[in-house]
Amino acid sequence: MKCFSRYLPYLFRPPSTILSSTCHTEADIISTVEFNSTGELLATGDKGGRVVVFQREQESKTQPHRRGEYNVYSTFQSHEPEFDYLKSLEIEEKINKIKWLPQQNAAYFLLSTNDKTVKLWKISERDKRPEGYNLKDEDGRFRDPSTITSLRVPVLQPMDLMVEATARRVFSNAHTYHINSISVNSDLQTFISTDDLRVNLWNLEITDRSFNIVDIKPANMEELTEVITSAEFHPQQCHTFAYSSSKGSIRLCDMRQAALCDKHCKYFEEPEDPSTRSFFSEIISSISDVKFSHNGRYLMTRDYLTVKVWDLQMENKPLETYQVHDYLRGKLCSLYENDCIFDKFECVWNGSDSVIMTGSYNNFFRMFDRNTKRDVTLEASRENSKPRAILKPRKVCVGGKRRKDEISVDSLDFSKKILHTTWHPQENIIAVAATNNLYIFQDKVN
Amino acid sequence: MFPKGTKRKFSDAGEEAVGGGGGDQGPSAASSSSSSAAAARQSLLDMSLIKLQLCHMLVEPNLCRSVLIANTVRQIQEEMTQDGTWQIMTQALAAAQCPADRLVATEVLCRQTDPAAQAGQSPKPFSEAEQDHLRADSRTGEQVFGTFEIKHPAPPPDPALDELFSDVDPSYYDLDTVLTGMQSAPKMGPYDLLESLSSHGPTALSSSSSCRSDLNELDHIMEIIVGS
Repeated sequence: MKCFSRYLPYLFRPPSTILSSTCHTEADIISTVEFNSTGELLATGDKGGRVVVFQREQESKTQPHRRGEYNVYSTFQSHEPEFDYLKSLEIEEKINKIKWLPQQNAAYFLLSTNDKTVKLWKISERDKRPEGYNLKDEDGRFRDPSTITSLRVPVLQPMDLMVEATARRVFSNAHTYHINSISVNSDLQTFISTDDLRVNLWNLEITDRSFNIVDIKPANMEELTEVITSAEFHPQQCHTFAYSSSKGSIRLCDMRQAALCDKHCKYFEEPEDPSTRSFFSEIISSISDVKFSHNGRYLMTRDYLTVKVWDLQMENKPLETYQVHDYLRGKLCSLYENDCIFDKFECVWNGSDSVIMTGSYNNFFRMFDRNTKRDVTLEASRENSKPRAILKPRKVCVGGKRRKDEISVDSLDFSKKILHTTWHPQENIIAVAATNNLYIFQDKVN
Repeated sequence: MFPKGTKRKFSDAGEEAVGGGGGDQGPSAASSSSSSAAAARQSLLDMSLIKLQLCHMLVEPNLCRSVLIANTVRQIQEEMTQDGTWQIMTQALAAAQCPADRLVATEVLCRQTDPAAQAGQSPKPFSEAEQDHLRADSRTGEQVFGTFEIKHPAPPPDPALDELFSDVDPSYYDLDTVLTGMQSAPKMGPYDLLESLSSHGPTALSSSSSCRSDLNELDHIMEIIVGS
């Protein structure tokens, strides 16, 4: 890579278009984003239960600058609301997570889930249709058999490309509580779905049965003090998975040891620092996302103020801790009052596991280079994203004199939160969801 | 205890005190900071209890959030028990004859504290009611966290039943209940949780907030009746 920025080895340029819905309603809020395993496709799910899949354009000699732009490929309604949207006891259609299956044939498969039901969707292309039936007209009307005097072989004729999404499996009725994550196993035959208290194992072919492999529901619900916040399969070891908790711990489980994986084989928790203890200590230690590195050697966790990288061989403390927005530490009471302290931020690795990224408030997102220890704050907003220009790093002023381009902590907009981001598996392309807008940034070499 | 109506700033004294702020202050500053810390802690407790009550009314009930808030309340209660302010507060509530909604709500949450130890520290104001609470125990935890279970969908409204009752004016019943001071037992809602645990007995009106709304409604209805 020839160009180097001052902050990171990447320069991110905004796309020529920012993808967003024309009218901003609650249903358009993006609730999950995910690249597929090759990065050719990018899926987003929203609060209205829709999935929109983008496909990367092929390289073109005539328009080299358009290489790698993402365009809408397929849109479909994945989940429907099960009650009146305005009632309080509904099962929301909001898509909580999307996970792609690796491509095995011409069609694409993804799992999407709301609070209660996981669905397997097949997305396939149709660009030919048969013509020349013997018993049917071109209009589809049946011909009188007595008028047929000769036979012909129907031929496939090209047609306009049509992309269809069909629900191939519906995995339902296995969760009493709200599903927060799904993860496809490296064996490509099973997956897990996780709610607040249980983890269930499914076979992709079987929808009427699932196996409960983790259950932390106490016999007496009033003894409940901890919930599961996320779970993920190890990227290579098909018998290993990890789940995180609201108390800031991660458990690594081996499915070979017992049918019910209540006993972990590894337990990751950082001892609390007594000097920073407050009434909010537990809440800010609650892990909102857990992700294995691509090489399977590390785990990354996101809690309210930090991102931590754990070595799977070291359980007593994280390998690295990165401060996302430590200037919020003095504002925890206000953030508790307005509920922002419960926001669940996700985190993501780049393809080579050298850079990690997570979101923050004011449409800021942060990247940390694990090798150089440098970090950068970028903003996903229309005003600051002129096409083809380099994204300008942002800085939050924590006290004292505010410089010209800095923003003070009190001016941060807490309604603009970047909870969902994803990184292309091989290239430096990132997708960032800012409420109802999707930003795709690419690194371009000059 | 905070008098009602006092506006308090969270971001200044609240942040530092509740956040466990610096300990290197002079003695006079220490005493004032400890009282502001206690005040901040109290306001945090109030806020948390309100959040718990409202949990059930959210469009998207969140078990994780409720558990975290409940743990925070427990933590505050443990600390207040250790420095004796918990007992002072419960006695003050008893003396003020307020429906002990705060008290009972935290009673619900603080089951794991040893009741013997608590009883040993100071005379419990509602010892008989305690036993009722303990019996209601198994129900209340379920109620606090049980409503997060995804239930089967409610049966569709029966059109025949609807037609039968279509000419009944529901407001008539409200008027009746308000004027006679009784409340029928509706399905368990967020405030019913506190009602059922009220130490003043099952016929007592519910938490103070619905007391106030009932009074307002009564005023309004009286105006209509009197024709002013």
